[in-house]
Amino acid sequence: MVKRTSGRKADEMRPISAKVGIVPNADGSAMFSMGKTVAIAAVYGPRQLHPQHMQKPSTGILRVNYGMLGFSVDDRIRPGPNRRATEISKVTEMALLPAVDIKEFKNTVIDVQIYILQANAGTRTAGINAASMALAHAGIPMKGLITSVAVGKLDKDLILDVDDVEEHFEDGEGATDFPISKLYGTDKYTHMQMDGKIQPNQVGKVLDMADKAFDELYEVQKKALKGVVEEEGK
Amino acid sequence: MSSMNTSNLTKEMLTKMFADGKRFDGRKLTDMRDFEVEYDISFKAEGSARVKMGKTEVIVGVKMQLGEPYPDSPDKGNLMVSADLLPLASPRYESGPPKFPAIELPRLMDRMIRESGMIDLKKLCIKEGEQVWTVILDIYPINDDGAILDAASIAVVAALHNAVIPGIKDDRPDYENRTKDKLPLSDETMPISFTFYKLGETLLLNPTREEEEACDSKITWGISKWNKQYMLNSCQKGNETVFTRKEIEEMVKILPKKYDETFKKLEKFLK
Repeated sequence: MVKRTSGRKADEMRPISAKVGIVPNADGSAMFSMGKTVAIAAVYGPRQLHPQHMQKPSTGILRVNYGMLGFSVDDRIRPGPNRRATEISKVTEMALLPAVDIKEFKNTVIDVQIYILQANAGTRTAGINAASMALAHAGIPMKGLITSVAVGKLDKDLILDVDDVEEHFEDGEGATDFPISKLYGTDKYTHMQMDGKIQPNQVGKVLDMADKAFDELYEVQKKALKGVVEEEGK
Repeated sequence: MSSMNTSNLTKEMLTKMFADGKRFDGRKLTDMRDFEVEYDISFKAEGSARVKMGKTEVIVGVKMQLGEPYPDSPDKGNLMVSADLLPLASPRYESGPPKFPAIELPRLMDRMIRESGMIDLKKLCIKEGEQVWTVILDIYPINDDGAILDAASIAVVAALHNAVIPGIKDDRPDYENRTKDKLPLSDETMPISFTFYKLGETLLLNPTREEEEACDSKITWGISKWNKQYMLNSCQKGNETVFTRKEIEEMVKILPKKYDETFKKLEKFLK
């Protein structure tokens, strides 16, 4: 077993924290961090959709934008969309869509804005966790919360929640990153990506590890949401 | 709903109240909102700061890159200021190419900092004509509840004071091993921006978003101290409505007082 530089056990996540209601202007908002990766998300809507030709008379639509702030990484990122951000935006949208019930909000859009303040691996999963809470906070009808985590592999060993150092692991079979999201409490995985090297028979184990992490993530999300309800109810 | 516009009724009400020197939140017309500064928004940044002023929130990060100097200043480092009005921060902000407010904000900040002489750019020169540090400021509103520019100016100054210069390894910045050196900043000069808004005949400072949207016009000033004197470093008028000479003189008279008041609060956070 490869030793993790952080000293974490194979199935141990980085410290997680979450906060709901961080952007007063928004209809819903949340911060989610795992270790040194920090994501914030805000939800606006349902609101009228422009351009009008994108409107769907049969349903509301979800529109996700993911971006990294210029100073969230070592070599500054130019603001604005790039191919990676566009892909992650779309992937996140598909990860969240199964959780929301927006058929009745015909012709409208629900905008989800996600930004990474500090990137240390796992930004898309952090973004999805934040966005899921922000949607719930906005009062969007939901079937459940989406929980998201990356399982990784260092050489031959599976690990949970890959960090920055592990992402660059090069020995043996190298590093594998396997981000997964799930509609919590169901058997519905809403998002799955992978790059690296992994044997097919290890995938079951990957899902087991992720599922265990989802329990923990869900508790953190639920607690943050309950916290804001109590606070705003005062 | 978050997307509602300020109604004519609100505007009428505000015009009347401002004329009587009153505001919804009980402040006087030239009263600022209190603010707080926090640091370490991103450990990847050379320096970073968050300013919360009322419900307005702005974060600023400093990144540094090695590069060539501009031909007209071979012995000076470069300063670059960028801002992105994230649609996350307000129902008014939209994705897409930057519109005027997103261009005005960084340009005003750039002029204010550059002209004040707050940063000694000469000390950021490594080899004349060949290699210098470029200081990049990224400004992001997180929640726009008015006076975003003025809040940003405080965050910019705080983030610059928070920044530590990276090491250099093989002619590249070594972000993992930062030096212990802070940026070459003046002890005395710290510019702050104040934007006056005008509704009817009344001037006010530091509006909330509701007040801001009701207003007809604005002027932004950057002010600092240099050799123990107050110095205006930048100024820009926005919108179509005019300002009278009396109004301009009134603003210029208020500015030093507001500067001292705000500077005193800011100083406490600059440790």
